[in-house]
Amino acid sequence: MAEARVWGLVAEFENPAKLLHAAEGLRDAGYKRYEVWSPFPVHGMDNAMGLSRSKVPWFVLGGGLTGMTCALLLQWWSGAVEYPVMIGGKPLFAFEFATPVTFEASVLLSAFGAVFSMIGLNRLPNPYHPLDKVAMFRRSTDDGFFISIETRDGKFDLHRSRELLESLGGRHVTVVEE
Amino acid sequence: MSNANYQTQTVFPPPLVEGNQTFHTITDAICRVVEAPPSKGWIASFLMALLGLGVLGVSVGWLIWEGTGIWGLNQPVSWGFAIVNFVFWVGIGHAGTLISAILFLFRQKWRTSINRFAEAMTIFAVICALLFPTIHVGRVWLLYWALPIPNQMGMWPNFRSPLLWDVFAVSTYFTVSLLFWYVGLIPDLATLRDRAKSKLAYYAYGMFALGWRGANRHWQNYEKAYLILAGLSAPLVLSVHTIVSFDFAVSVIPGWHTTIFPPYFVAGAIFSGFAMVLTLAIPARKIFKLEQFITVRHVENMNKIILVTGMMVGYAYAMEFFIAWYSGSEYESWTFINRAFGPYWWAYWIMVSCNVITPQLFWFQKIRQNMTLSFILSIFVNIGMWFERFVITMSLHRDYVPSSWDYYKPTIWDFGCLIGSFGLFFTLFLLFLKFLPAIAISEVKGVMPQADPHWEGYADHGDDHGSHAAGEKHHG
Repeated sequence: MAEARVWGLVAEFENPAKLLHAAEGLRDAGYKRYEVWSPFPVHGMDNAMGLSRSKVPWFVLGGGLTGMTCALLLQWWSGAVEYPVMIGGKPLFAFEFATPVTFEASVLLSAFGAVFSMIGLNRLPNPYHPLDKVAMFRRSTDDGFFISIETRDGKFDLHRSRELLESLGGRHVTVVEE
Repeated sequence: MSNANYQTQTVFPPPLVEGNQTFHTITDAICRVVEAPPSKGWIASFLMALLGLGVLGVSVGWLIWEGTGIWGLNQPVSWGFAIVNFVFWVGIGHAGTLISAILFLFRQKWRTSINRFAEAMTIFAVICALLFPTIHVGRVWLLYWALPIPNQMGMWPNFRSPLLWDVFAVSTYFTVSLLFWYVGLIPDLATLRDRAKSKLAYYAYGMFALGWRGANRHWQNYEKAYLILAGLSAPLVLSVHTIVSFDFAVSVIPGWHTTIFPPYFVAGAIFSGFAMVLTLAIPARKIFKLEQFITVRHVENMNKIILVTGMMVGYAYAMEFFIAWYSGSEYESWTFINRAFGPYWWAYWIMVSCNVITPQLFWFQKIRQNMTLSFILSIFVNIGMWFERFVITMSLHRDYVPSSWDYYKPTIWDFGCLIGSFGLFFTLFLLFLKFLPAIAISEVKGVMPQADPHWEGYADHGDDHGSHAAGEKHHG
């Protein structure tokens, strides 16, 4: 087998506190293409990594407005234009009776916006990741806390990045192949 | 080190997770239930549930073959068990969303041990609920008439009808609940994938885990999506039973045409839903040894909610009578006298006993903390709430014209569908308990004190992150 290219480095951290401090350390050292892995969301990590806000709410807004518009148009067009039937002297279209269906459709498409944008923005489904080859990394969904740095990061240097991870409390620093 | 988590602990002394747990022991304790071969108790319960499912298959099969004439329906009682069961099951579904969404928004951390459980219950209850409108149309192959899709008849559904609102409300509710449940499951499915011993389990859990590995950039979007789903589900759950109550309230039947119905139905739904959560959780925590997660405090909190909502329901019963008298409408007043003292008096008093009287025992802490009594009382509530819907529906049996009065007597096929729906519910629920983590693993870890990076146990690491690393030099 040909020599595999190096994807990056991964280090394990003892607990959420060390993980948080290490993420801050990498942020302050100017790293960008690094990732923090934990079995549950660690409070304050988004700031520690210097991440900008999630874009999910915009997709929810888009979904909600689409749902509302489509539901109103559907009820008005099907009831008052395409197939007008007089029932009990009620108007062919009114916002009052259209409210329940409009509300439900808005909620439905907002929920689609939330779930599918979360999956899409996270680039899921993602069946393969170079870290899967690191045995200890399997504990990232159990009780392991990890930080990985990719070689694509402009600041990446196999020796200096490894030393930085170790100085931040990282253990079992491992070279990950692609 | 005064932070939010520390304060929560001092205000609520009993811990959310009992025993001296680490992150790993939590994973183990919850995954063990899924990974171990099925117990004898599970197999026996599953066979019972399958028997019930078989009863449902026969009852529904015969119904579709023969028509709704096999039920005890007549004129004026054109709605019988089908609508009673529908409202009963939809109501049960409400506790799941209440626990997962509303308690989440109010930052009630105790919900984490029971939310997965309750969400699963919601989904299966809504499946049972959706079954009844589907089969009670008689000609199930024409059900698509209720959907706004272009068809060969050039017809469109009537959006002025509350029955159509119901189609949208319940199907939206089902879809959003399913998404909410699934999103919550993704990190736990990844946990099961990473622990899988067999190839089949690895691929099955892996496929549904979507390749989740716990990246913080993923958690960021995930937490935002989860928060928004909770925010959407909270008004949704209130709207669903409101719209279900419109099925009755928008009609002109005495006893149905009342403005109290939406809040009264919602309170009743939460009441019955929490009762069903207890009915399921009390045996499950025992059988699967999850007492450290579903603690006495969880059961007691739920009993308190049952007490509160039970009194709201009792208030609604009293207010219905008051308004019936105060309205001055003779039909309205007479309907309520007929409910309590007419041919269906027994149903009315079963309802009052189980929903208003027995829940008062929950005023006593000893009873709230007693598992056996809580279980028995939760079953009483389930029975009472089924009878509430029966009592409401039976307003039909004596309408405006005495010559058309009749008495609705359910047939064996009515009972077959009711019992069968429990078979369907328990089949799905037992499969859930066997194949999916019944407790949200990542969420429980998140409420542990050591999940907080500023926990006092980590205090020695200080704020200067350079200092503590000096003595630790490992090479990987």
